[in-house]
Amino acid sequence: MTQDLLSVQNLSLSTADKGLVKNLSFTIAPGERFGLIGESGSGKSLTSLAVSGLLPPSIKPSGRIILDGQEIVGAPGKQLDSLRGDAVATVFQEPLTALDPLMPLGKQIALPLRRRLRREGKPSGRAEVNRHMRDLIDQVRLPDPERLVRAYPHEVSGGQRQRVAIAMALACRPKLLIADEPTTALDVTTQDQIIKLLTSLVDELGIALMFISHDLAVVGQMVERVMVMRNGACVESGLAADVLTAPKDSYTQTLVDAAHRFDAALEGRS
Amino acid sequence: MSASKSILTRFSGTNATFWLGLLLVGTITLTGLLSLVWTPYDLSDMVAGRLEAPSWQHWAGSDRLGRDLFTQLMIGAQIALIVGCSAVAIGAAIGVTTGILAAFATRFLDDALAAFFDILIAFPTLLTAMLVVAASDEASLGTAILALGIGLSPIVGRITRLLTKQVLSQDYITAARVSGSSWPSIVFWHILPNILPFLGVNLALQFGLAVMAEASLSYLGLGAPPPNASWGRMLQEAQGTVYTAPWGAILPGLAIFALVIGVNLLTDGLRDRLDASRRQV
Ligand SMILES: Nc1ncnc2c1ncn2[C@@H]1O[C@H](COP(=O)(O)OP(=O)(O)O)[C@@H](O)[C@H]1O
Ligand SMILES: [Mg+2]
Repeated sequence: MTQDLLSVQNLSLSTADKGLVKNLSFTIAPGERFGLIGESGSGKSLTSLAVSGLLPPSIKPSGRIILDGQEIVGAPGKQLDSLRGDAVATVFQEPLTALDPLMPLGKQIALPLRRRLRREGKPSGRAEVNRHMRDLIDQVRLPDPERLVRAYPHEVSGGQRQRVAIAMALACRPKLLIADEPTTALDVTTQDQIIKLLTSLVDELGIALMFISHDLAVVGQMVERVMVMRNGACVESGLAADVLTAPKDSYTQTLVDAAHRFDAALEGRS
Repeated sequence: MSASKSILTRFSGTNATFWLGLLLVGTITLTGLLSLVWTPYDLSDMVAGRLEAPSWQHWAGSDRLGRDLFTQLMIGAQIALIVGCSAVAIGAAIGVTTGILAAFATRFLDDALAAFFDILIAFPTLLTAMLVVAASDEASLGTAILALGIGLSPIVGRITRLLTKQVLSQDYITAARVSGSSWPSIVFWHILPNILPFLGVNLALQFGLAVMAEASLSYLGLGAPPPNASWGRMLQEAQGTVYTAPWGAILPGLAIFALVIGVNLLTDGLRDRLDASRRQV
């Protein structure tokens, strides 16, 4: 077989009465940045949940998902537990709800961090965890770590919350990082900062990235290959540069046009 | 927001309900604690004439046998608190465990447990408790506490199940799953802390229920046997003389009322605060 980190083959997802994702196939190589684009409701989030083996019980997968050499579809829960965190971690769209409202941010970073240190057989005492946590907070460029680790999610800004969520995902040191619309809930300036941060971090750490967005302009600037989805099916895939400059599919064309209009509007404004 | 500010708002924003509740519950708690080291007389000593009215020597009067009623009231406070706390602790231990299990269980088991809670709740707590006492060999304080704890557990179970399901549907649980947390660690780190504020308010209400149910059990002769002076038993003993010596029934009745009302006021005050702090988030 190839050296793919993630290989999805003919994946279909359906509930009892309707199909939600149809016959999807794609691969992500180690360290590669891959984009999944499509309008809201096209099945992007479900696909990412399927990859981490966390589909809601009402949704049944068929086809194959091979992540880091292991079959995900139909794997027992125990095996998936050890794969999550080690092979894959996720940053979600809405950082306010993705963080526990009653737990200090430092603790929320420390939990996955300690799990990873144990998994790697490294010392995981308080001092070690704190030291690694400081490094992570530095890495995601969060200011004032003293205050931050004691603060609760509602006490920091949206951008800072998303940086904490990224730190939590990186604490797992996964081979694949899934970012499911990580900037959609943020304002434009913050979006830009988070994207730059994510890009530089996955490069620096050699982590593969699956970046999910409905916004072509955002995906285009950070991934190498893209797949465009509509109504649960793939309509076009290829190198980001090709798909963005010369889309073959009419739906992709409308996304590209929308992105151009958006850029033009931004320039007109500034 | 800084810690100092939240402490400030915590105190200035408090309502009269809360303080009145605290005053009542606080007084009774202190009385119960004091009774551990000091009472005016000995519980079973006949130190006065029969059925004496309250006086400077005997602040609450005396009973049929000439025993000091104020001493009995003080010991009664101690017993009410022990019963309330222990019964709630037992009810919480059983209820929280089964409630969380139900929330995690397969659809079938969950439905079965939910129905089981509902059926048990439809059974009055007092009746469940009476059955448990009847099933045991002898009436004792321990049996009464166990019986009340078991009687309360389905109420705690039901609310725990609902609260847990609510928390389980939150994104931060998915986020924890995605990063490889096991279910036990999710229960410990995320579910318990997030259901606790709501559960706590409910448990406080259960405390009032337990105190009243214990009084009823004692009144029916199913509570702790003498010489334990529970308020319910005092009521039972004053039953025959309620016209000639009304203070013997009125005072323990007032004490039960004060504790139950006090806990409810305190709980209301706490809930208002909880709501206020939620709104800030
Ligand atoms: N638990 C579920 N049960 C049934 N249908 C669902 C469930 N979750 C999502 N869907 C449906 O699946 C489709 C794809 O959803 P999703 O993957 O969240 O889209 P996207 O992330 O691309 O916006 C939507 O039409 C949505 O209504
Ligand atoms: Mg989505």
